[in-house]
Amino acid sequence: MKENNVIEAEELTKEFGAFTAVNAISFEVKKGEIFGFLGANGAGKTTAMKMLIGISKPSSGKAKVAGFDVYAQAESIKKNIGYMSQKFALYDDLTVKENITFFGGIYGLSRARIKEKTKHLIMELGLDGIADQLVGSLPLGWKQKLSFSVSLLHEPKIVFLDEPTGGVDPITRRQFWEMIYKSANQGTTIFVTTHYMDEAEYCDRVSIMVDGRIEALDTPKKLKAQFNVDNMNDVFLKLARG
Amino acid sequence: MKRFIGFIKKEFYHIFRDKRSLFILFGMPIAQILLFGFAITNEINNVDIAILDHSKDASTQEIINKISASKYFTIEQFITREADIEDAFKKGKIKAVLNFEKDFSKNLIKEQRATLQIISDATDPNTANTITNYISSILKNYEQSKNRSIELDYQVIPETRMVYNPELKSVFTFVPGVMTIILMLVSAMMTSISITREKELGTMEILLVSPIKPFQVIIGKVVPYIFLSVINAIVIVILSIFIFKMPVQGSLFLLGAESVLFIIASLALGILISTISETQQTAMMISLMGLMLPVILLSGFIFPISSMPEPLQVISHIIPAKWFIVIIKGIMLKGVDISFLWKESVILIGMTILFIGLSIKKYKIRLE
Repeated sequence: MKENNVIEAEELTKEFGAFTAVNAISFEVKKGEIFGFLGANGAGKTTAMKMLIGISKPSSGKAKVAGFDVYAQAESIKKNIGYMSQKFALYDDLTVKENITFFGGIYGLSRARIKEKTKHLIMELGLDGIADQLVGSLPLGWKQKLSFSVSLLHEPKIVFLDEPTGGVDPITRRQFWEMIYKSANQGTTIFVTTHYMDEAEYCDRVSIMVDGRIEALDTPKKLKAQFNVDNMNDVFLKLARG
Repeated sequence: MKRFIGFIKKEFYHIFRDKRSLFILFGMPIAQILLFGFAITNEINNVDIAILDHSKDASTQEIINKISASKYFTIEQFITREADIEDAFKKGKIKAVLNFEKDFSKNLIKEQRATLQIISDATDPNTANTITNYISSILKNYEQSKNRSIELDYQVIPETRMVYNPELKSVFTFVPGVMTIILMLVSAMMTSISITREKELGTMEILLVSPIKPFQVIIGKVVPYIFLSVINAIVIVILSIFIFKMPVQGSLFLLGAESVLFIIASLALGILISTISETQQTAMMISLMGLMLPVILLSGFIFPISSMPEPLQVISHIIPAKWFIVIIKGIMLKGVDISFLWKESVILIGMTILFIGLSIKKYKIRLE
């Protein structure tokens, strides 16, 4: 593994019977990078991501995440990554504070550390008055921001975001991306899948998956030049339609 | 360990903040035990009957007095004509009519035999049967009191004794059954629902990505329900002892230990159900249809297994509840110890191991 890489995949493949969901993909993600992982529905993004975060075993190929092997060291990977799924995944019937305490707890943070983190988070997100309210009563945008912050609680090296901004209004999306930038600046690597092509423009580098393969991988600027179009949407359409 | 306590704490928040699960957990057991104990009973009390007395003599009067003096029957009306019997039944209140023949006393003395017809309403066959039996035994009693002075040459006098439940209280058979149903439902249904809920919400995925191990997740989900089920078992036993005067002949400790074993078996079944269902609704349907019905119908709770057709008897063997009912009846009513129950206990342990094994296998396939 190269010094600066936090993710390395080589010919990573996942087969379900006769169907190849992920077909020999190879790529690298550098430390502190915002890496966009794009593709149409069913292109294999989620499956690829699941192999990287250690909840699905690859059929063949190699991959290392945060310096650990996905086959043999899934447990070590889990300690060093954060994950936010496309389904909003905090507990609705727990309060903001209880959610933070619970997730801090399962990542093994000490009580003092959880307390400190909770205080910090509540201040940063401006959740002062509602820290003791059930999460179910919060607007979706706030839930998502909270969910992102919770995935960063244990200060992971890499955070995986699976379509984090689905169903959120443009203003909240904007705020969400500001949070992403902020943590990337602090050295966290961001691996994000998305449907929104304007979001692809915010990424340092973007890969586009079509039918289980990575068909393009570069900075948004170079991709636009390569396909001779002026936005990422057109790059995506050109690739996806073949 | 600290992670684990946090996990259990969270599980209790879920339970106590959801009114529906709270009701199922604590409302249902109490409601069921009271319902089965008081309302649903095989015994009869104060059944309304009618009398059609064609003789109106000393003997018939004596019999009528005997019947009306028992707590089982109330004489609602006297009919004078055969034609009115049908009417009396149709009104629906009368469950039986006693028809004394003409010259009842005379026949009895002259020919040593007289006829009393018992007509009962068999729209409810069980009750009709019970009523006829009760009346017959009152008549036997009358006969014996009359015959005391006469010496017969040969006589067989059956002397019956009902052991383990001398008063034939039906609540004694219902309590073990209800306890079994409740422990099974609470343990299996509630765990399978709570695990599938995490799947549905997507939090299960988050937990799987975290360093907490899958078996820790499952144990964390199950431990609160073990705790609550034990409380339930205690409540049921207390209710049945103090309200229904149910005896506990055997050791309370053994009863507790066997209950915990059955709770764990049910939880294991709940985990298995959660591995095959994706939504809470499926889990609930499987638990209700797949557990509740067989437990009620095939466990020997209501219908005796020995009178079932062969294939159903075979099926009843694979129902964990059947074995547990044998165990609690044995401990509570017969007062037997483990040396009589080891076979049933081993079967329950075996089933538990099987359920857990299957769940682990299913779970692994999911992760592949």
